[in-house]
Amino acid sequence: MNNLKSRLAKEKRFRLYGVASITLALFLLSLLFVSIFSQGYTAFQETKIQLNINFSEEILDPNKTKDWEIIKKSNFSLLVKNSVNELFPNVSGRSNKRKLKKIISSSAEYQLRDYVKNNINTIGKSKKIWVLADDDVDMLIKGHINRILPEDERRIDNEELKWIEFLESKNLIDKFFNKTFFTSGDSSESEQSGILGAFIGSLFALSITLILSFPIGIATAIYMEEFAPKNNKLIDFVEVNINNLAAVPSIIFGLLGLAIFLNFFELPRSAPLVGGMVLSLMTLPTIIISSRVSLKSVPPSIKEGALGVGASKIQAVFHHVVPVAMPGILTGTIIGMARALGESAPLLVIGMVAFIVDIPQSVTDPATALPIQIYLWSDTPERGFVERTSAAIMVLLVFLIFMNSLAVYLRKKFEKDIG
Amino acid sequence: MNITIILIIIGLLGISAYYTGLRKSLTLREDKLLHSTPIYHGAILAINSSLASILLVIVWVLFEKNIFPELLAFRNILFIISIFIFFLTAFFTFKKIKNKFKARDKVEKIIELFLLVCSSLAILITVGIFLSVIFESNRFFESIPLTEFLFGTHWSPQMPIREDQAGSTGAFGAVPLFTGTFLIAFIAMCIAGPIGLMSAIFLSEYASKSVRDIVKPLTEILAGIPTVVYGFFAVIVVAPFIRNTGNYFGIEVASESALAAGLVMGVMIIPFVSSISDDVINAVPQNLKNGSLGVGATKSETIKLVIIPAALPGIIGGLLLAVSRAIGETMIVVMAAGMSANLTANPFEAVTTVTVQIVVLLVGDQEFDSPKTLAAFALGLVLFIMTLILNYIALHIVRKYREQYE
Amino acid sequence: MNNDDLIKETEFQINNSETVGNIHVEDPRIIVKNINVRYGEKLAINNVSIDIGKNEVLAMIGPSGCGKSTFLRCLNRMNDTIESCVVDGELYLDNENILDEKTDVVPLRAKVGMVFQKPNPFPKSIYENVAYGPKIHGLAKNKIELDEIVFNSLEKAGLFNEVKDRLDAPGTSLSGGQQQRLCIARTIAVSPEVILMDEPCSALDPIATAKVEELIYELKENFTIVIVTHAMQQAARVSQRTAYFHLGNLVEVGPTQKIFTTPQHKLTESYITGRFG
Repeated sequence: MNNLKSRLAKEKRFRLYGVASITLALFLLSLLFVSIFSQGYTAFQETKIQLNINFSEEILDPNKTKDWEIIKKSNFSLLVKNSVNELFPNVSGRSNKRKLKKIISSSAEYQLRDYVKNNINTIGKSKKIWVLADDDVDMLIKGHINRILPEDERRIDNEELKWIEFLESKNLIDKFFNKTFFTSGDSSESEQSGILGAFIGSLFALSITLILSFPIGIATAIYMEEFAPKNNKLIDFVEVNINNLAAVPSIIFGLLGLAIFLNFFELPRSAPLVGGMVLSLMTLPTIIISSRVSLKSVPPSIKEGALGVGASKIQAVFHHVVPVAMPGILTGTIIGMARALGESAPLLVIGMVAFIVDIPQSVTDPATALPIQIYLWSDTPERGFVERTSAAIMVLLVFLIFMNSLAVYLRKKFEKDIG
Repeated sequence: MNITIILIIIGLLGISAYYTGLRKSLTLREDKLLHSTPIYHGAILAINSSLASILLVIVWVLFEKNIFPELLAFRNILFIISIFIFFLTAFFTFKKIKNKFKARDKVEKIIELFLLVCSSLAILITVGIFLSVIFESNRFFESIPLTEFLFGTHWSPQMPIREDQAGSTGAFGAVPLFTGTFLIAFIAMCIAGPIGLMSAIFLSEYASKSVRDIVKPLTEILAGIPTVVYGFFAVIVVAPFIRNTGNYFGIEVASESALAAGLVMGVMIIPFVSSISDDVINAVPQNLKNGSLGVGATKSETIKLVIIPAALPGIIGGLLLAVSRAIGETMIVVMAAGMSANLTANPFEAVTTVTVQIVVLLVGDQEFDSPKTLAAFALGLVLFIMTLILNYIALHIVRKYREQYE
Repeated sequence: MNNDDLIKETEFQINNSETVGNIHVEDPRIIVKNINVRYGEKLAINNVSIDIGKNEVLAMIGPSGCGKSTFLRCLNRMNDTIESCVVDGELYLDNENILDEKTDVVPLRAKVGMVFQKPNPFPKSIYENVAYGPKIHGLAKNKIELDEIVFNSLEKAGLFNEVKDRLDAPGTSLSGGQQQRLCIARTIAVSPEVILMDEPCSALDPIATAKVEELIYELKENFTIVIVTHAMQQAARVSQRTAYFHLGNLVEVGPTQKIFTTPQHKLTESYITGRFG
């Protein structure tokens, strides 16, 4: 009986290992999500400071031309400077005044310029305007810089802290929804940087990927499933090839893109066009394999029915088999596209990794992609970028979760249709 | 004249050809049934004539790009000829449209041909990878001997900027990269192998359906997370944690240790191992399990003595695929492992991998002909061959295994 | 006679006998001459010749695996879809050998329609199911003509009154018997001359079966029908002539009445009396 007891103990232990493994895997998953969320959720807010700007006619339009072409060349930075100095009349000395102006983001002057452009009549008047705070101030307000630490261990010194606390007491500093993050491209100043450029880059690249890999993938799957002679050595070879391609490291596709698309065909470097082409090489096997599976699961009786009323083979396949298999094919395509969206290695190789401030306008403009932007920011030590990296990851994950849920939904629908 | 404009004009002509064909066959249909429905007549007219002229444009452009650049001046002539060919083919095809004209057969032949061409693309891509990588590697091996690359233990690919610069001839001994790659892959497999396998066993043999329905999609989420996210996770959470723990025990840990990269890569591979193991375990026939349970074995004994031995080839195949994944993974190691090529087996030190070096060599502005850039292709070739062999063996084993129980 | 002896006896008789009864008819629609069908190595149909007359219902009966379905699928070359299947011999429809390589199977299958064992409506609306054939063959010049064809076919298949209010409902939402009649309507819609039916009632309940049988009886006015069935009563009810197949051989053919009352061949008699099936 002792034997049985130890056997049962073993059984219990074994089961425990299983539970432990699953728990560990899920723990790591939640650790990943929690750490990214806790690092990044604050990035969805930005700190702004309210300034009373005097749009002085002397500075902006001394000759009273009211001509934007002339006004736009004036010194908007001076407006900011004057307004800050007015707020803190006690600060004196060149270097102190410069330091004082630094609590405002350098984007403020452009903000004012745009404001004047749209409200040309405001010249000569005063107006209260919220402008972006510098990233260090932003970090302090969000609590990422500890005010209790000794002065030399934080990036904000005591004097600056005093200024900010003064602003706080007057309610002139506050947090707003971070529009900048969603509407601008990369920047060297974290408070001015956003994901729009990378997002557009990803969008362009993925469109190219979809346009190329979807039709070619389906065509291949249809040929191999419906038209290719069975038990043919060549077809077997193609099949082995496709399965192998699905497991080739993604960076190899980048090398292919570099050697063939960039060096041989001389397509532009860093362009979403080439990025999309490389990603489509990667996505093709996924689409082919899943399309074949769903074509195979369409009951042959449907095809026979069509042949029975005199449809040709092509008609039977395209009118009846493909439409029934379509949700399954789409599932595979979406999963492939989701993978392409998260992929970065091949894009690094073809040069889609660069500091690009402008929003790309076409598929041949230099661009980055969302995961590449994440990679670039993660390399920057500033606290403001750590926050934005996590936020960009959250945005990427939201897209991936959306795409995958769509895929799951379509798969369920497909299974129901096939019955 | 711009090629795009020529192609657009041909496209527009093609659309009008379609309607011309459609119109003619519709008129013909008034008297007698057609062999093919009108859309096929329109389609064949459009396809025939545009294909002919597009083919001409392609051939012309190829010649112009590669052999006779002078042709560029004669683009207008190209335009005239291609339009002429368009109308010529359109005319002859148009004359063929009769009630008995087998337009459908012709269109379907073209569709089938298109399908065939698409499927050959898979071969073309493989051949393309192979050729481009081999071609560039060959240029690399012209300046650096193969033996030095494969067996040299010193890697520092910085080439001298000036001829006379002292002490900086590049060294291309890739052994430290290989050991680094395997060290990280080994750590990753130590994590992913047992955890993935045990999770699969638990999910397929022990868990109730409701638990399975919740947990399985969750582990699949792990598989869908982009690798750049894992890399970031390694940098901000795992690496500091390991360093602090190491310091606590008095072990010196590099800030970019092999251990951190390997651990996170292991986490990434868990769902991969578990989903393949789940498949192969489920493929073991139920009566084999029942046989063991029937003689009074406990569940764990059945799993250890019957299911795992039966599923072993499949599991090994799956693990090999996972190894190939780990070797080829790039972003985690680029972000979390180091750049310095240390020849070491100590997981607390920084090591570098093949994929990291490919990225390092290729990122930034490079002369494409320098050995430094070409070295990336040599590394790529090694990586491609290694993963190809692993994949081939793994897929073969898994396929044989599946056939056994089908 | 015990079972083993019976089988031995059977094999002996098959290999040494010609078809019993008159295989010819006065006004043949289809003439089958010496057809052989092989699946790889295996011979599935052995040298079968038979005429199929105009506007008759020919029933093909026999134990399962006797090749009656395979033979049926030769008549519109559906066997082409099976890769290992090789057919040789001659098969004339309107004086054209349809087994000829050059024959276009598309118009052939429009002329010789087929209804399958399991109802297989397309996963589309009822209307689309019937309209599909006419559409691909260009039988209708406009929507009005198409409507007419669809309604007529549904009418002929005895389904119109049951579905006229829900022509947009999916074909798969109908009951089994209705689905099979929809498939028949789909076949009729391309106005074939011959309709092949491969055990059309085997998946249906008795009431639905009765309806389909009734339909077959009516359809013979306009079409030549060849029906494969394993239910002898069904053959007796719907057909004028019956052919008995055994192990790939056409053993006996004759007027249905005669086959069921006074079979000439011993095998036919054994089958009719239920000694094997």
